[in-house]
Amino acid sequence: MKTHHLWAATALTAATGLAATGARADDLTLCWAAWDPANALIELSKDFEQKTGNTMSFEFVPWPNFADRMLNELNSGGQLCDLMIGDSQWIGLGAEAGHYIKLNDFFEANGITMDDFIPATVTGYAEWPKGTPNYWALPAFGDVVGWTYRKDWFERPELQAEFKEKYGRDLTAPETLDELMEVAKFFQNREIDGKTVYGAAIYTERGSEGITMGVTNALYNYGFEYSNPEKPYDLEGFVNSPEAAKGLEFYKELYDCCTPPGSSDWYMSEDIDAYKSGQVALQMNFAFIWPGVNADPNVGGDKSGYFANPAGPNGHFAQLGGQGISVVSYTDSPEAALDYIKWFAQPEIQKKWWELGGYSALNAVVEDPGFATSQPYAQTFLDSMAIVKDFWAEPSYASLLLAMQDRVHKYVIAGEGTAQGALDGLVEDWNEVFEDEGKI
Amino acid sequence: MSETVMDRVAKATPTRVARRIKGLSDRAIAWIFVAPTIFLLLAVNIFPLIWTIRLSFTNFKANRPNLDVKWIGLRNYERILTDSDIWITMQATAHFVFWTLFFEVLLGFALAWLINRKFRGNDLWTTIIVLPMMLSPAVVGNFWTFLYQPQIGLFNYAISFVTGIDPTSFSMIGDVALAPWSIVIVDTWMWTPFVMLICLAGLRSIPDTIYEAAECDRASAWRQFWTITVPMVLPFLMLAVLFRGIENFKMFDLVVQLTGGGPGSTTELTSINLKREAFEKWRTGYSSAYAIILFVTVFGLASIYVKALNKVKER
Repeated sequence: MKTHHLWAATALTAATGLAATGARADDLTLCWAAWDPANALIELSKDFEQKTGNTMSFEFVPWPNFADRMLNELNSGGQLCDLMIGDSQWIGLGAEAGHYIKLNDFFEANGITMDDFIPATVTGYAEWPKGTPNYWALPAFGDVVGWTYRKDWFERPELQAEFKEKYGRDLTAPETLDELMEVAKFFQNREIDGKTVYGAAIYTERGSEGITMGVTNALYNYGFEYSNPEKPYDLEGFVNSPEAAKGLEFYKELYDCCTPPGSSDWYMSEDIDAYKSGQVALQMNFAFIWPGVNADPNVGGDKSGYFANPAGPNGHFAQLGGQGISVVSYTDSPEAALDYIKWFAQPEIQKKWWELGGYSALNAVVEDPGFATSQPYAQTFLDSMAIVKDFWAEPSYASLLLAMQDRVHKYVIAGEGTAQGALDGLVEDWNEVFEDEGKI
Repeated sequence: MSETVMDRVAKATPTRVARRIKGLSDRAIAWIFVAPTIFLLLAVNIFPLIWTIRLSFTNFKANRPNLDVKWIGLRNYERILTDSDIWITMQATAHFVFWTLFFEVLLGFALAWLINRKFRGNDLWTTIIVLPMMLSPAVVGNFWTFLYQPQIGLFNYAISFVTGIDPTSFSMIGDVALAPWSIVIVDTWMWTPFVMLICLAGLRSIPDTIYEAAECDRASAWRQFWTITVPMVLPFLMLAVLFRGIENFKMFDLVVQLTGGGPGSTTELTSINLKREAFEKWRTGYSSAYAIILFVTVFGLASIYVKALNKVKER
């Protein structure tokens, strides 16, 4: 009898202990792209582990395979990820296919309001449908396409003099796309310190999203619109307007005249490599690379400058990047995952996030009087975030994106057909996708 | 009379089991042994095939399980067969398959013929030649992108050394005219040793006595080559062509790593295109129809080829 009591007591103690441990300490897996900010997030998350007793695991996938790998994970209802920092364009699919948990009630219960975040990031990373107060993510990492330039080369007196003689203005960071073209042409095939250098490293990658993320920076500023502002999904004359075609021609000219040989399939990492190895004067890339550039022994510090995507004849925009953090609906630990978001949303954590190299989207951080001067690229980040525009975030975004990749790459890199033909073809492809989706 | 193995097995079988087996016919016992294999085949091959055929008549999207699945008849097939982009990928695939087979057979046979001659270091050379095919295609694709790099790539420098052309003036994987050849070169480099090994097996299977008899008849080396070597190696060579043809028709990894299908869609082979449709655009119904068309094409061509191969063997 005594033995039975002892066994029962032991079992109860063990069960209670296990249950208590289960309630207190979850092992959360956060999925994101493998890039510099992800390392900063590991560092930042140590505070969460310390405060809550939960442990964090991370699953980081390189950018070219990120969408493929993670969308497969979500589509198969996989339980690998409890938290997902998914790309901004996935939000429609995440919401409509039930991959993400809706966060409105959670935000309300915990005093988190989207008014505290940069409006563009709320629209871009959290809302679905766009423009409605339905939130599926917390803005986690603000990002935007901008430019890096070799300030040390720009400051060389002999180059300044030559540039002024040729173009009648100072060699400074370009403010318009035409100026950008001039600067790129000026540096193309130039001998600097005994080495041949080139104008600009731009996005040309075909397999995932590269060339689309690059070409839109020209298209937007020449007048490209995703659809009729008065009538959703009415594409004709907006996607393929003559102005948009000129924007596409501009990008092709930039590729043809002013990029390094062999740069026909370049995206973020190839552009960084070209810039850091001193091959190019200008680099198009997302802002996330700026802390790395600034700290680089070869091109960092005073050697580099940063500027927002230059204005075009019909507008001034830049391609939005960045992501929101969502709770995956297939998680076994939704409470702990929500705790992470609650912890992450705190102003002091967001401030630390910025200090570690993560681009916070919290107003309290970016509107701080000291923010703009806190890093050499901070003001450019603010300027850029003020002019963002994003690609489709429809549930069928992958089909829309790949159609654009295909059409644009064929024209810009392979030189097939005309700019107008490429955009007309794009309208056909997109209409087909929206017809399949029952949107038109 | 000594005991046979069967007798010993019969004795060792427990009576209960023996009685149960005794009640079964030979055919039933055969079915019991074959059933697991048939079940696996049905589950892993036949069922997915039938399911794919069914999906090919629908608008199903695997990433949108909430959407209604509609029966759309032959619309997917019609779309594929009238899509000019698909025919461009078919042409790119045909170009790749034809030229890789051409060069691999030519060089593979030549290498096998050379290696078959007895010389010092024969084994060492054989090992060195077969090294490329032991590498992973993804790795090969990756390092050839560096070799083809216009500024630092060894390939461009080698061409420059031979021709005097500026190495940075051309980009093998970025130029529309050169990119299709860039993938042919890499595949030939990697898989010629495979063809060589098969040819070598063929060459070594020819008895010396045949050549000796030919020499007695005063046949020239050239005549021996065309009337003995080539006909006797031909079945082996055709087998190599079959293997490489099927492999290259579904080529994916090497080309994805090397060119990603670009520039434009110059090197987008059918398998790459199919993968994009199925697992990036998630047009499951459409890509099922696409897969069926490819399956029928490869199966049809391979059947015709195997018949030809059998005829050659029978000669």
